[in-house]
Amino acid sequence: MEFGFTTAAYVVAAVLFILSLGGLSNQESAKRAVWYGIVGMALAVFATLVGPGSGLWLLSLLLIAGGGFIGQYVAQRVQMTEMPQLVAAMHSLVGLAAVFVGFNAHFEVLNVAEVMAVADASKEVLYTGLGGFGQLIAKKTPAELSILHVELFLGVFIGAITFTGSVVAYGKLAGKVTSAATKLPGGHALNAAAAGLSLICLIWYTASGGFFPLFLMTLAALFIGYHLIMGIGGADMPVVVSMLNSYSGWAAAAIGFSLGNDLLIVVGALVGSSGAILSYIMCKAMNRHFVSVILGGFGGPQGEQMAVEGEQVAIDADGVAAALNDADSVIIIPGYGMAVAQAQQSVSELVRKLRAKGKEVRFAIHPVAGRLPGHMNVLLAEAKVPYDIVLEMDEINDDFPDTDVAIVIGSNDIVNPAAQEDPNSPIAGMPVLECWKAKQVFVSKRGQGTGYSGIENPLFFKENTRMFYGDAKQSLDKLLPMID
Amino acid sequence: MKIGTPKEILDGENRVAMTPDSAVQLQKLGYECAIEKGAGAAAGFSDEAYEAAGVEIVKTAASLWKTADIVAKVRIPTEAEMKRLTKGKTLISFFNPAGNEEGMELAKSKGANVIAMEMVPRISRAQKMDALSSMANIAGYRAVIEAGNNFGRFFTGQVTAAGKVPPAKVLIVGAGVAGLAAIGTSTSLGAITYAFDVRPEVAEQVESMGAEFVYLDFEEDQQDGAATGGYASVQSEEFREAQLAKFRELAPEMDIVITTALIPNRPAPKLWLEDMVKAMKPGSVIVDLAAERGGNVEGTVPDEKVVTNNGVTIIGYTDFPSRMAAQSSSLYATNIRHMMTDLTPEKDGQINHDMEDDVIRGATVTHEGEITFPPPPPKVQAIAAQKKPEVKELTAEEKKAQEIAAFKAQTKQQFTLLGVGGALMLLVGLIAPASFMQHFIVFVLAIFVGFQVIWNVSHSLHTPLMAITNAISSIIIVGALMQIGSGSFLVILLAALSVFMAGINIFGGFLVTRRMLAMFQKS
Repeated sequence: MEFGFTTAAYVVAAVLFILSLGGLSNQESAKRAVWYGIVGMALAVFATLVGPGSGLWLLSLLLIAGGGFIGQYVAQRVQMTEMPQLVAAMHSLVGLAAVFVGFNAHFEVLNVAEVMAVADASKEVLYTGLGGFGQLIAKKTPAELSILHVELFLGVFIGAITFTGSVVAYGKLAGKVTSAATKLPGGHALNAAAAGLSLICLIWYTASGGFFPLFLMTLAALFIGYHLIMGIGGADMPVVVSMLNSYSGWAAAAIGFSLGNDLLIVVGALVGSSGAILSYIMCKAMNRHFVSVILGGFGGPQGEQMAVEGEQVAIDADGVAAALNDADSVIIIPGYGMAVAQAQQSVSELVRKLRAKGKEVRFAIHPVAGRLPGHMNVLLAEAKVPYDIVLEMDEINDDFPDTDVAIVIGSNDIVNPAAQEDPNSPIAGMPVLECWKAKQVFVSKRGQGTGYSGIENPLFFKENTRMFYGDAKQSLDKLLPMID
Repeated sequence: MKIGTPKEILDGENRVAMTPDSAVQLQKLGYECAIEKGAGAAAGFSDEAYEAAGVEIVKTAASLWKTADIVAKVRIPTEAEMKRLTKGKTLISFFNPAGNEEGMELAKSKGANVIAMEMVPRISRAQKMDALSSMANIAGYRAVIEAGNNFGRFFTGQVTAAGKVPPAKVLIVGAGVAGLAAIGTSTSLGAITYAFDVRPEVAEQVESMGAEFVYLDFEEDQQDGAATGGYASVQSEEFREAQLAKFRELAPEMDIVITTALIPNRPAPKLWLEDMVKAMKPGSVIVDLAAERGGNVEGTVPDEKVVTNNGVTIIGYTDFPSRMAAQSSSLYATNIRHMMTDLTPEKDGQINHDMEDDVIRGATVTHEGEITFPPPPPKVQAIAAQKKPEVKELTAEEKKAQEIAAFKAQTKQQFTLLGVGGALMLLVGLIAPASFMQHFIVFVLAIFVGFQVIWNVSHSLHTPLMAITNAISSIIIVGALMQIGSGSFLVILLAALSVFMAGINIFGGFLVTRRMLAMFQKS
């Protein structure tokens, strides 16, 4: 009865999870969707506790409560600008959990093998003492066992990569590790070697079933995760984070296979495909191949880049305020710089003032603005900017020629005209926001340096562009009283 | 080779195609220069000035046409002049090839090369030889001066001890080169200037010159000026009505109206009808720069100034550039000189008539006994085109064909994917045990559902999506919970840690997602 109940609960939970992801198709239904997810998770945990995982349920509940307390604390305290770090950190937990669960599965297999080897008389007694998972293993044929080995091997492999990769990504996003792409001498050859070693371990492990090859592979995978993400620059982080998201899903699915648990498989596949699609969308938005992002760097320049002519003309707050007071339509293009300067509240205040005067103010969001897919939307939402004036690149790109003022706040590569004009530019062909077509462009920027990718931006040298130097928040705060 | 310029034959034509200044430059290209006696007199260039510049003075037109290898002139050559051409000679002049069949036939039969100055394509590189523009510029300027000459009041508004003078109101119809020049002149004289053009994209240019652009209340996809080489084209009947209604409304207020509307190779459109002329105040002035092509104004008499019954002066002169012969000659001569520079890349005094060159090819109407008019479209786009998707141009059938092709490609892709995927599945099924296959099918279906669902997630919710997938990927807790009941201490420890970490993730992930979603608000 209990086993049937568990399966039924899993089916319901899986449906709830699917609804919860599907509900994110718009802002209103999304609010309901979270509850589907929460209920689904609660149901899954409850069913497992009363069913196959009933051993030590008190300890389990205590641990969940403890973890939940920390999780709640973090979720309430985290700044919206720190969201990328948080997501990366959480991925690392899933990765590590997958490694542990994989190891456990291995130990259980050994355990069961010992039990099965002893004499028939005491077998029954021992068998009942094995617990749910052990009993499952005990029923397996040798062919199924070797498949089990491959499954848990994969689970541990992906989990380990996810773990170190996420830790490094967290470090980079939180500014604790240099965000520049750094590689050990040997570069990708090292990764390839580690991957090769893992493959050998796989063969060895399926043949012997010993712990050592599994452990060796774990070390190799941990190294791959570390080295792979270290070699990817800060600007590519949106892809990295969504890729790690995908990995954490695949790790869960692989573990689900080895535990023979359909719910784990379903949810892992959902999360995995979600992350894969996000990575695909991000890559498309940067006109890059997934492989070249993962291998790091911008693939090297393909030839002489166009020299940028002209000079950057600076402007002070008075000038910007005068232009904004005269403008009828304004488009604001936020980027990572806005997040760094925590300027979203000031931006929101500016928008409120301008809109109160009857001006048309909109936001143009590039798919890779910020360090996380959809990062800018969340920041603007936090600052109470209504979401119906926050538009995607495709929705707004044609409107720039009719716009009086475009304000670029802390973004660089996503407004770089070189992507369209210079076939030799490293970002050639990447879709960009065509803000230079607006009558006037103001760029709020800390200094004259180049952006994350180190590419010179001809936008800053255009005749209709004025540079509004300074920290984004301070600049905007200076600007605010002058808007009347 | 020798470049010669004859005296213009047409009555009242004061311009000349070579000035002492341009002659000096032409000689630097390696050419000898010759000019007919007295050719520059009407434009203020004496024979002595030419001689001083090293130009040979030739007594008669006949001997000039005979000795010169290249003849540069202004007006369309007469039949008598054309007959003087011989094989191998090159004529550079205004030619009006579209309306000058006989001239081209004659040049063809004579074997002469003719370069028509009005055919110079409108591309950036050719601007220096665009004589139409340089002449139009002068015409626009002169039109305002001529209007002022016939207008009894000031242009600028003044408040004087003797009373207040209102500023003159000037309407310029057609903001081409002539129109823009007229706007510039008119605003700098102090008049309140309005301008209208059928190409809305020139509004910015008009406003940059200080005039106010007259917009129509008219919704229609308007012709992209770039598609017609920067010239206006024929408008629809409704558009014309809207335009006339606007003019009718403006007519009583305007003191001066200058019309410059021309459509290439067509009679000038009638834009200022009789009733508008009647509605204007006595003393008002209309200058019709399109008089040569029939005029934009009803009542225009080409080459004449007429005064209507209600005291409105209509000026229909066709020789505005000629009225400023010194200026227009020097500009035209410079255009010719630039043309010669392009024709003489080696600077050796020998013409290299390169028919591959867009500009030279475009301007040449006869070449080595062949008529080469009309030219093919230039390889370089004339003016930056307005952004416009090409798809619009497709006919219904092409669209359909394209859709079918896209559909077929998609079908093919899907079939291939399904085929390969199915084959792989079968392969796996052959090897793997049944218990594995059960889970595998669940796995594949889940991926499939995932793909279908995630594509619908709105872009702005990608961060919440990551947070929530993060939370539900802690479903791994189920695995850990199943193992925690095991006998081995190590297993319990690892499983407990996993449960703990997944617990953090579940609560953190869901709560942070909720926090984010609660922030999204509609305005």
